[in-house]
Amino acid sequence: MLSISARRTGPRRYRSRKSLYRAIIHVVLCLFSLAFLLPLLLVVIVSFTDEKALDQNGYSLFPTKWSLEAYKFIMVDPGQIISAYGVTVFATVVGTIMSLLIVSLLAYVLARKDFKFRKAFSFYVFFTLLFNGGLVPWYILITQYLHLQDTLAALIIPYLVSAWNVLLLRTYFASLPHELIDAAKIDGAGEWRIFFQLVVPLSTPALATVGLLTMLVYWNDWWLGLLFINNPNLVPLQYLLYRISTDIDFLSTNPQTVGLAPPVEAVRMAMAVLAIGPIVFAFLFVQKYFIRGITLGGLKGD
Amino acid sequence: MLWKELQAMLTKSQNLPPKAERRTSLAPPVRRADLGKHRQASLRSLKKSAPLLLMAAPGLLFLLIFAYLPMFGLIIAFKDYRAYQGILGSAWVGLQNFRFLFSTQDAWHITSNTLLMNALFIVTSLVASLAIALMLNEVRDTSKILSRFYQSTLFFPYFLSWVIVGYFVFALLNTNSGMVDKILVQFGLPSIDWYGSPQYWPVILVLVNLWKNAGFWSIVYLAGMVAINPEYYEAAEMDGASKWQQIRSITLPLIMPLIIINVLLSIGRIFYADFGLFFQVTHDSSRLYSATDVIDTYVYRALTTLGDVGMSSAAGFYQSVVGFILVVLSNWIVRRVDPDKALF
Repeated sequence: MLSISARRTGPRRYRSRKSLYRAIIHVVLCLFSLAFLLPLLLVVIVSFTDEKALDQNGYSLFPTKWSLEAYKFIMVDPGQIISAYGVTVFATVVGTIMSLLIVSLLAYVLARKDFKFRKAFSFYVFFTLLFNGGLVPWYILITQYLHLQDTLAALIIPYLVSAWNVLLLRTYFASLPHELIDAAKIDGAGEWRIFFQLVVPLSTPALATVGLLTMLVYWNDWWLGLLFINNPNLVPLQYLLYRISTDIDFLSTNPQTVGLAPPVEAVRMAMAVLAIGPIVFAFLFVQKYFIRGITLGGLKGD
Repeated sequence: MLWKELQAMLTKSQNLPPKAERRTSLAPPVRRADLGKHRQASLRSLKKSAPLLLMAAPGLLFLLIFAYLPMFGLIIAFKDYRAYQGILGSAWVGLQNFRFLFSTQDAWHITSNTLLMNALFIVTSLVASLAIALMLNEVRDTSKILSRFYQSTLFFPYFLSWVIVGYFVFALLNTNSGMVDKILVQFGLPSIDWYGSPQYWPVILVLVNLWKNAGFWSIVYLAGMVAINPEYYEAAEMDGASKWQQIRSITLPLIMPLIIINVLLSIGRIFYADFGLFFQVTHDSSRLYSATDVIDTYVYRALTTLGDVGMSSAAGFYQSVVGFILVVLSNWIVRRVDPDKALF
């Protein structure tokens, strides 16, 4: 008896309760999202705020006076920021391409079950994920023995091989059917040809994901700059941002602007905006692929 | 990062026929013929492996130089390193560096900060990203545009560098001008010297860490939730189960393996802190060190600013060894839970 009456009123009541839940969740998520965006909005707005208004009223989402002074200041002598962009773009492009090449070749070899030294080399590679010598020996190696300080190489080489990426690609390559390779061998193809003309075209999603992640690492890097770069011409973008957060004079090398009471706070935020601009753009295009890569296993036919 | 999950997702996406139908991937058929010609066969197979060896060579060489060579450099911790003498030429001093290191207050500060903060991060990150994932899962079919919007905004901080995050935090906490500070003053509360008051920073760092990483993890968990068969939920609804009951008995148990792996692997890394978070967001303010100095920042500072190779190498050695033990231990436990997900 009870169960019948429950079924009669159940679904209707449940359905309206369900939409109430959903509405609440939407509100919560909206608030969360806006809160997440808040810092970004604040930085952009402050960069367009008049410096005196900043001094008097602090950082606010609703400035009393708008101004382009900060951007004008940077544009008077954009040398530093342009050079920083150049360095970062170069390191990112070269680094990502080289890294993808080396890592995918290594992962492919480790994925081949018919490779004689597969077990030994796999251990060799993945042991580095468990144990490392730490910062001190690595730093001494790079500066005292390899003398890479103040070189572009120092911004590129250290990130070339990530054992995590090797692991990721190895699993992917290992899932490719061996028949393809057998068939190619019967046709007389050498190992290199098999890799570049057969395996690579088949692996574009995995290679793209690893490529994007590598690009992100290179683009955002300030650590290598912090450790190894002193020459102002070799300063990468994020490291430049770090330097000017403490010393605004690091930005300006033009004697006309130094000492002319620059709109310091607004300029800092303007620099940040100029640095993030490309990332936000790229993100809007690229996040689709990231999310797809992460969720593809779950969504079936979505 | 949970690479194992990423790669599992990637392989599942290819829609390959089930394993029973496929031959074992990349494994050639076994031939019984060449068991007799052992020596000739091994020379031949070496020649056959030559191109593959060549392909792997650059990667292997890189790891030799940048991963294995530094491991030998751990002996620096037992030496009085002088640059002009080199590593091998410097004098042995036994455990002296370690004695100095552990006689200071610093050693206990940095260890406890590292462990406590990481533990806080693991717990809060798990709760927050699960909550977000559950919410995203609930509204997933109602509006595609809104879902995309939520995912994008929650995910985008992950793409920013820690330097930029440092700027954001500065815009909020800057004494007298920062937005948060201004709000405090408006409410009649005193302005706080944020970058000089260590007591607030555990909370600040947890919040910043959540802001940066929760989005990423929520997508990983969401992927797991999306994979759950909707029939389970329908059956539960028929039986009159409430939302919360459904979550407790269907959603959470089914993604529990994902959660356990993630937590265990995070615990394995508990001795390693996120340098960017603790260095950039705090502006490396020395007044905050009692709360924000971790092993990684200590090693960096001792090495580059103080030039004290002895202390920094001893701290680094300490971190590498304890870190290794924890990683191996946690991976061993992961292997008991779900052998598929273990690193080795």
